[in-house]
Amino acid sequence: MVSNTMPVDTKAVKKGVLIDLTKCIGCRGCQVICKNWNNRAVKKTVLTGNFTNPLEMNSETYTTVKFFEEEKENKMSWNFVKTQCMHCKDPACASACPVGAFTKDPRGPVTYNAEKCIGCRYCMMACPFGVPKYEWEKLFPVIQKCTFCVDRLDAGLIPSCAKTCTSKAIFFGDYDAIVAEAEKRIKDNPEKYVNHIYGKEEAGGTSWMYLSSVPFEQLGFKTNIPKRALPDLTWASLSKVPAAVGTLITVLSLVAYFRNRGDKDKGE
Amino acid sequence: MKALDKTMKDVQFFSKGTKILVVLLGLAAIAVIYRYVFGLGGATNLSDDVPWGLWVAFDVFAGVALAAGGFAVTAAVYIFNMKKYKPIARPAILTAFIGYSVVMLGLLIDIGQSQRFWHPLLMWQHRSVMFEVVICITLYSNVLALEFAPAVLEKLKLTGLLKILKFFTFPLVIAGIVLSFLHQSSLGAFFLIMPARLSQLWYSPIMPQMFYISAIAVGLAMVSFESIVSAKAFKKEYEMDILKGLGKGTRITLGIYLLVKIIDMIVRGTFPMLLDGSLASKFYIAEILIGAIIPIILYSIKSTQESVGGILTSSSFVIFGVLFNRFNINFFAQLRPGISYFPSVAEIAITVGLVALGIFAYRIAAVYFPVMHDSQEQH
Ligand code: SF4
Ligand code: SF4
Repeated sequence: MVSNTMPVDTKAVKKGVLIDLTKCIGCRGCQVICKNWNNRAVKKTVLTGNFTNPLEMNSETYTTVKFFEEEKENKMSWNFVKTQCMHCKDPACASACPVGAFTKDPRGPVTYNAEKCIGCRYCMMACPFGVPKYEWEKLFPVIQKCTFCVDRLDAGLIPSCAKTCTSKAIFFGDYDAIVAEAEKRIKDNPEKYVNHIYGKEEAGGTSWMYLSSVPFEQLGFKTNIPKRALPDLTWASLSKVPAAVGTLITVLSLVAYFRNRGDKDKGE
Repeated sequence: MKALDKTMKDVQFFSKGTKILVVLLGLAAIAVIYRYVFGLGGATNLSDDVPWGLWVAFDVFAGVALAAGGFAVTAAVYIFNMKKYKPIARPAILTAFIGYSVVMLGLLIDIGQSQRFWHPLLMWQHRSVMFEVVICITLYSNVLALEFAPAVLEKLKLTGLLKILKFFTFPLVIAGIVLSFLHQSSLGAFFLIMPARLSQLWYSPIMPQMFYISAIAVGLAMVSFESIVSAKAFKKEYEMDILKGLGKGTRITLGIYLLVKIIDMIVRGTFPMLLDGSLASKFYIAEILIGAIIPIILYSIKSTQESVGGILTSSSFVIFGVLFNRFNINFFAQLRPGISYFPSVAEIAITVGLVALGIFAYRIAAVYFPVMHDSQEQH
């Protein structure tokens, strides 16, 4: 029997998760168990005529399964997309945060320390996947997002969503093995999958990846995300700061000296 | 003291305008209480889709740009030794100091954990643009306070301290220019990490440089605007010579800005996007017209630059244009289907209140300290 995990030590080396959308049956078990494990409260939702509920992640919902209808050979068919934090290799959220509230755990999880957060919400602007959510209704709000169940990893357990997935759509293992498995599935069934592992290169690579039989852009995935680590874009500018400071001080001092020379004698 | 009495003799502190300011301040105070009772979710129209709204766009991004006159004028006066502009150095420094104080107040209200405002000062995260900007702004407002201190010391007749401070004039001015360069450009760097969020019309690797250049232009325009308005308010003569010089500076800076924008569009091949009929493209075109092309033309007409009204109009265009640009980048460049945002009453009241607070503080300072008249003459 295929399991939801490779036999792995959850406390060592880089981990990854592969979500094979072709296997997902839209049961939302992951959504429920995630709330359960992370003690997330219920939030009032509204009827939208769409099975997706809630429509987007929010501060009490780290993962939401989105429902997409599609017409295939004159028949209606469903596609389900579980969304959550992608746990980027070089996370934009972490580089944006002025107080270093986010940390990239060497095993993969991007964790968040609410004690540091000042609530500037730059992480929300910076995340290319729109993941960090805010506790708007609270007086002293903090950010909320998927934790990769880092507490479970510490305890030798696999993430609760991967554990609960009845259809083995969520597959947890060592990162390299996960990538190899994804490549193998595409190679073995080229007619079934689109030839793209979403998350392998997006934003410089993420610890969570997707396989799909439907082009990703049709399933609400952002396909305009550069295939490079986003913090590098900022760093290209920020890294020049020390040199700029040095140059500016020198140039300004020289200009000031030469332009103001002579004034001293006149006793300004 | 005597000079002060003479200059401000006929200025009544509580003019009609001041009374309006007080009302606006009162409304803002109520809005602030509301914000701290009902939280950001209750008081604002912000959401997970639009985490940054009016307060960030106006109170922080626009506010910092508008206060750029402080460093531009001190650079001209002290570094380039353009003595002509000395009379406006103090007003410009005062505006900048008040501007930055108001910006920090706005930021304090905007962050969800206001009581932790000091965290970035201790928990350094050097890869964050936000961290860099917070540090620069904090340091720069201290520099500005010291740059303005002579006015206070003159009033208090503390000549000893004044002498010590005079000694540090140049290092302070240089520190101010360097800090301004860093954070003015870094405000553009804020958006470098959002290549997928921003419309390609605006997203460019040289956003930091664009922010810096436009900050100088709007800083100078703001100084002209403010000189005229305060000359009117305090019943003083207009200094046409200075205003003309400022206008020339603004025109040159805007010219560079427009050139950089055009080159950037050619390099990134975004010209076709101008005509795609989207709302973003229309806003982009409007922004360039209002903020750059129209004012450049106005600044090039001789008769416009020789009338107070003309200068007021031209600088208003620049101010509005740069505000428009900061708003565009904060909202309209990020338009996505199904997402809308309009600031709440509390958001508007607080923003208006912060502007009123700035004007109010300026009025107090200008009445009680030697700001407007050329105090340098006294020694
Ligand atoms: S998906 Fe967003 S929140 Fe998650 S690690 Fe990447 S940047 Fe951070
Ligand atoms: S909201 Fe909090 S976690 Fe997000 S960037 Fe700001 S300080 Fe960091």
